[in-house]
Amino acid sequence: MEPLSPLMPLTGGLLIGLAAALFLLLNGRIAGVSGMAARATGIASEGAPWPSAIAFVVGLPAGAAIVAHLIRQPDIAVTSSAPVLVAAGLLVGYGTRLGNGCTSGHGVCGIARLSPRSIAATVTFMASAALAVFISRHVVGG
Amino acid sequence: MRTLAALLVGVMFGAGLALSDMINPARVQAFLDVAGAWDPTLLFVMVAAIPPSAVAYLIRRRMYRPLFSERFFIPESRTLDWRLFSGAVLFGVGWGLAGFCPGPALASIVLGVWQPWLFVAAMIVGMALHRVTPPARVALSKSQQV
Repeated sequence: MEPLSPLMPLTGGLLIGLAAALFLLLNGRIAGVSGMAARATGIASEGAPWPSAIAFVVGLPAGAAIVAHLIRQPDIAVTSSAPVLVAAGLLVGYGTRLGNGCTSGHGVCGIARLSPRSIAATVTFMASAALAVFISRHVVGG
Repeated sequence: MRTLAALLVGVMFGAGLALSDMINPARVQAFLDVAGAWDPTLLFVMVAAIPPSAVAYLIRRRMYRPLFSERFFIPESRTLDWRLFSGAVLFGVGWGLAGFCPGPALASIVLGVWQPWLFVAAMIVGMALHRVTPPARVALSKSQQV
């Protein structure tokens, strides 16, 4: 995989940060994707109003499609097999509900407001993710 | 207006994920692979994303309520409990294995690959499983989102 010019992640990150800022100042809520997905599917009984959650979840692929058509076509390089994807999806779904958030809610929004829970969660999931990659690439696979 | 704002935020978020290449599992895994050919991209994304969000939290302190809602819905809990840590551990393992977290997985479903669909379907099943697990029901009612 080619290295990416830092300009892309910096601009993309800025856009994500601005999106989170707008969501707070306009709707008064945390832009947490796992929470919105749980709300949109009706799994979470608390959270953003259902139409907002649906709109947010629909907006994600729409935004990605706009960038893919106008700016750059991102490569979606998935190395995992179908069973691994299913196991990973189950873990991500269950884990984000149990831990109340994912990379967006804890990682971006939580760190920005210096929430101790979010900082602890982010350090924890970064570490367990790095460990999972280490084991799957350098111990089991590789 | 609230729904329209949520749509705009979703679009910006999705565009940011595509622009920054966080939508690419290989890029995310390369960041997580500290023992391999490490890729700093995710770090740049976090560094750029946190300041605007932090400024918004500072502005929020001077606001009585958000523009389109009657009040702010910000979790106040500061308790570090086993649910937070075990949830984060499970999420991290899944994230590392597939290279997908919820945002990029949802954003990439329209980009012509089938894998995000399978991942998102499994993720929704995982969320539903949490909902029906007895101890988890307590967690759901006791703690706020994030």
